[in-house]
Amino acid sequence: MKLIEIKDLYFRYPFEEKYTLNNINLTIDSGESTAILGPNGSGKTTLIKHLNGILKPTKGDVIIEGKNTKEKSIAELSRTVGIVFQNPDHQLFSNTVFEEISFALINFGFNKEEILKRVRSMLKLFDLEKYETHSPLLLSGGEKKRVAIASILCYDPKIIVLDEPTIGLDYYQRKTLINIIKNLKKEGKTIITVTHDFDFALEVAERGIILKNGEIIRDGSLIDIIYDSDILEKANLIQPTLAKIIIELEKNGIKLDRKVATVEEFIQLVIK
Amino acid sequence: MKEVIVIKNFSFRYEGTNFFSLKDINLKIFEGDFVILAGPSGCGKTTLIRLLNGLIPHFYKGEYKGEVSVYGLIVKDRKTYEMAKYVGLVFQDPEDQLLSMTVEKEIAFGLENLGYKKDEMVRIVNEIIKLLNIEHIRYKSPFLLSGGEQQKVAIGSVLALKPKILALDEPFSNLDLKSSYNLAELLNYLNKNLKYTIIIAEHRLDLLINYASRIIVMNEGRIILDGPPREILSYNLEEFGIMEPKISKISKLLRKKYNFDICLTLEEFVNNFKKIYEINRN
Repeated sequence: MKLIEIKDLYFRYPFEEKYTLNNINLTIDSGESTAILGPNGSGKTTLIKHLNGILKPTKGDVIIEGKNTKEKSIAELSRTVGIVFQNPDHQLFSNTVFEEISFALINFGFNKEEILKRVRSMLKLFDLEKYETHSPLLLSGGEKKRVAIASILCYDPKIIVLDEPTIGLDYYQRKTLINIIKNLKKEGKTIITVTHDFDFALEVAERGIILKNGEIIRDGSLIDIIYDSDILEKANLIQPTLAKIIIELEKNGIKLDRKVATVEEFIQLVIK
Repeated sequence: MKEVIVIKNFSFRYEGTNFFSLKDINLKIFEGDFVILAGPSGCGKTTLIRLLNGLIPHFYKGEYKGEVSVYGLIVKDRKTYEMAKYVGLVFQDPEDQLLSMTVEKEIAFGLENLGYKKDEMVRIVNEIIKLLNIEHIRYKSPFLLSGGEQQKVAIGSVLALKPKILALDEPFSNLDLKSSYNLAELLNYLNKNLKYTIIIAEHRLDLLINYASRIIVMNEGRIILDGPPREILSYNLEEFGIMEPKISKISKLLRKKYNFDICLTLEEFVNNFKKIYEINRN
């Protein structure tokens, strides 16, 4: 089922001459997990801001669940599309971590018991229980990031958009986040991740969209994209190490299946 | 080799917390070292960096036990600006340390405050701009630059004071991968060609592994491993919350079954792999 439909989307910021987004056409089905990749300034963040109506197209349409974002308020759209922005400082504002996570729940009219239950479960999931009464602004970068993600996941939006979610996370936290996203996928959520972190993208997404200068220059299977050296070069992206290894081995006459996305899959393949 | 940083029996607890962020640290850093301080969030790596120029205890107060000396100076007894001649600090988010109207002024800022003469200032600023290859953004506002450019300018403003040690706290956090690789190469150049001692707190090893001379692993305020990269990579670092470089991780997994060396570069890996492949085919 088509959940997101973007048709002939052009977007230009006020007072700018150039279009930041140029003729974007894109359909995302319910339950898909997509990674959006591209260099800085390619329009990734501008694109996702169209999904909950923070930005409205200069030309063209963005349709979420069959409804045009031009006819909906940000509040209405946010119930369906939860966006976690790159810099948590732009998103956090409450006095305590507890209030921060409950903010959306209160606004969407959840009852008190439900709010308490959901906030508690988020605090636990993101290992934030000890900071419940702390100011979110005094936490470390990684902790703020977790609060920002929790404050969106708590109200259970259908579409979850994460902008550079791994920045500032250490190995454990990153692994936890990968598991959380994998579980959300099992629940049937639609996930969109904007990231530079290919290894992370390969763990959580099947589809890859590459943006450059506001245009989609590639849309396809992520595992194929990591071997497409030309496109990666064009988009200023660094080829993941696994793909480099497999390509280098091929040059040396050792041909392995190119469908491996993770270290574990590589080892399985080789040990066989 | 000359000892440039000596930390003896050191522990530190931030005011307002009830636990020690650093515990029983004993550490010597030598001139020309390129050290990665690795460990998960909260392991104490940022705190350790803050000791080096006296941000702790002058700016961040708390219980300070033991001794930290840099080039023979007891850091606690010196002013932070005095220490700035020895240790330049670069933070995670360059916006935390940028404040001037143009890149050129940003680089001159520290020199101006230390009362350098104008022609001397101009000479140093030109030298830094050339070194970092940032002539094209010289008159731009630091706040309108990309993350990678901002981080370069932050480094430039620190290098202008001609410190002997460059200490960086997760400088890649806000950079994309390509800019991160560029910055890693710059640090390598500063270390190998200009003889800076470099200490960098970072939980990802892949960017720096080929440049570092030493990895120090921290956990819960203590140093738990300290040695050359190849030796440290033979441990299971993921257990300590550190992301391992893919190549060494795969080598280690292959080692369980084959006679495989721990590799750091793609070239080493492919050569090793070819050998194993030939043996197992025959």
